[in-house]
Amino acid sequence: MASTTTEIPVTLSKDEILRYSRHLIMPEVGMEGQQKLKAARVLCIGTGGLGSPLALYLAAAGVGTLGLVDFDVVDYTNLQRQIIHSTADVGRKKLDSAADKLKAMNPFLNLRTFDTRLSSENALELFRDFDIIADGTDNFPTRYLVNDACVLTGKPNVYGSIFRFEGQASVFATEEGPCYRCLYPEPPPPGLVPSCAEGGVLGILPGLVGVMQATEVIKLILGVGEPLVGRLLLIDALGMKFRELKLRKNPDCPVCGTHPTVTKLIDYNEFCGIRGEEKPVESADSDMQVEELKRRMDAGEDLFILDVREPHEYQICNLGGYLIPLNDLPKRVHELDSSREIVAHCKMGGRSAKAVAFLRQAGFTKVHNLAGGITAWADRVDPRVPKY
Amino acid sequence: MSKIHIPTPLRQYVGKQASVEVQGTTVAEAMNALVAQHPELRRHLYTEDGKLRAFVNLYVNDEDIRYLQKEATSLKDGDNISIVPSIAGGAV
Repeated sequence: MASTTTEIPVTLSKDEILRYSRHLIMPEVGMEGQQKLKAARVLCIGTGGLGSPLALYLAAAGVGTLGLVDFDVVDYTNLQRQIIHSTADVGRKKLDSAADKLKAMNPFLNLRTFDTRLSSENALELFRDFDIIADGTDNFPTRYLVNDACVLTGKPNVYGSIFRFEGQASVFATEEGPCYRCLYPEPPPPGLVPSCAEGGVLGILPGLVGVMQATEVIKLILGVGEPLVGRLLLIDALGMKFRELKLRKNPDCPVCGTHPTVTKLIDYNEFCGIRGEEKPVESADSDMQVEELKRRMDAGEDLFILDVREPHEYQICNLGGYLIPLNDLPKRVHELDSSREIVAHCKMGGRSAKAVAFLRQAGFTKVHNLAGGITAWADRVDPRVPKY
Repeated sequence: MSKIHIPTPLRQYVGKQASVEVQGTTVAEAMNALVAQHPELRRHLYTEDGKLRAFVNLYVNDEDIRYLQKEATSLKDGDNISIVPSIAGGAV
């Protein structure tokens, strides 16, 4: 279906024929299919957890033109799952790191890299030169942006999403099928759904889901099998259970319905209500810096350290604080003594800011939020404290 | 009895269970039974005026209740209800 818009017939060299021989001897692919793969142009949004296996398998399979969009730098915590990057790549641009691996994997690949954050300003232009878009992003604004840009440009959106040990996959925005907005007209308000950075993710899961996306991309190019159009696959890696739900094209969908109200790209941060809540919160007058905490602890002052992280985070590292996870705070607030000066902390300062706001409402007056959390403590006070 | 499948992000509010068995002849009854058993779940699924949140989809077996009789969709013994909220993770 969305195989190619190129008119020039593609031919395979002798080396390519040998490389793809296990495809060529399969009737579902064959020479014609392999030529379709070579003529195909696939754009991967993100070269992280999902983008790693996606790009590697598409390059290996012989997809002729692969575009990568990313602006990020490889960090040490990526290596647990982002298998296109290696330890030596920490600190490098993900695009450069990915490009090295993909070119080494398949020198016949025409790789196009876009060192930019996908935005409403550049998405339509970027999508124009590709046939299929594979969405491996990590946040709601970009999910809606990719979806809307796919609908507006008429390109299928091969979708995958993960959380902890659970994944979702589908193919959106084909001509006949539903789009992401048919499934979820509105994003959740910020803070109600934790991000991977907060919630964690099982390292193999993006591998599983990214390979499913790669499978769907290849099927779309070849025009074989039954693509996940109109179906949402739910993957539970812990139970190793796969369930499938029916998706319908919503006639009232604001972007792909019969009377669309979204006819151009919008401000997706605004749409998703993002005001930087994922980042460490800006300083407030209740904030305490890690240096001040250290100085006051060393001076032997009576401070009550309240750790609002989860027990498994406490096991990784702690400041010897009293542990009450943020979610348990309302029902365990009686364990705290409001006459004492309390310093709340979490990993980065976001959850503890919520804890401080809650405690103030509950009548606590001497509460501080440790700015930057235990991560800032590890960076600026005690480098022996591990970061995670 | 119907089984309600609880997605990972919400399991912390139901004692970490993957599914919860409830009584109810309609989706609304079953969901009411669920949030009665696990009150902390309510604000994650419903708005303050009691409407199901827009980013939470409910399925009976493999059908979206928006295309059945919404929350009035009737249930028979052994039906599976799935709560399917949107998740965004991928690259981080």
